[in-house]
Amino acid sequence: MELVVFVLAAAMILVGAVGVIVRSNPVHAALSLILTLFGVAVLFVAQNAHFLAAVQVIVYAGAIVVLFLFVIMLLGVDRAEDITTEPFKVQRPLAAIVGLGLAGLVIAAVVASRDVVIPRGSGIDVADVVGDGDSNIKQLSRSVFGDYVVAFEVTSVLLVVAVVGTVLLTRRIKSGKDS
Amino acid sequence: MSLIAAASPTTTWYLILAAVLFAIGAVGVLVRRNPLVMFMCIELMLNAVNLSFVALAKKLGDIGGQTTVFFVMVVAAAEVVVGLGIIVSIMRRRPGATADDISALKG
Repeated sequence: MELVVFVLAAAMILVGAVGVIVRSNPVHAALSLILTLFGVAVLFVAQNAHFLAAVQVIVYAGAIVVLFLFVIMLLGVDRAEDITTEPFKVQRPLAAIVGLGLAGLVIAAVVASRDVVIPRGSGIDVADVVGDGDSNIKQLSRSVFGDYVVAFEVTSVLLVVAVVGTVLLTRRIKSGKDS
Repeated sequence: MSLIAAASPTTTWYLILAAVLFAIGAVGVLVRRNPLVMFMCIELMLNAVNLSFVALAKKLGDIGGQTTVFFVMVVAAAEVVVGLGIIVSIMRRRPGATADDISALKG
């Protein structure tokens, strides 16, 4: 059963990811990105990370992709662009070599180290399979608001800075001398 | 049939899937010229890393991996907001710009 879930979710992820880089219309690429994000959320559930799966669907597939679609519509770039002609001829073969090399190296490292015994960390234990439904959220909140509370507060500063910076970046500067 | 029911994906499978997803995102950043699609490919790479963090959190029995994914999502949201703001202000000035046109970092 777990194998079936993994295979289906992996197929969703890979089809969506290939769709993002081969679809010529940016809207179609954004919709393929949603497919990938949902597949990752399914794998989060399969790994007992229930809270992160919910956040993945709400924040990523909801907010971030909608933001992408808003910008695509706002800028009016929702036309298919010409990706069949490549002005720089060697770029695609080189990119394919880089991609295959990257995947090959990482997979080789993963496979070579699959029997290495790593001592478990000193943090809070993850939820066990037979635990109650809230255990993942409880343990994650104990970690975020306990061990990592300073980092959590710093992220709030980061979000405020990002919002203020974006408002300043995209504001139209009025040319009149009415101030 | 019992073979399929008995086999369960190990952490190695998740890490290999994450590696393939990361490589697809990297190739996308290299070959696409639309800045919006390049941003989407960066999201693909971030998701690949999140997937490997969650798989290793389960394998090592430490919730810290999931906490890291939480912070990665926050930083990714902030990055998308700032990046799309920059893209909007560039595209307003020159519609249809690709990554080649905006390589000089000045208007």
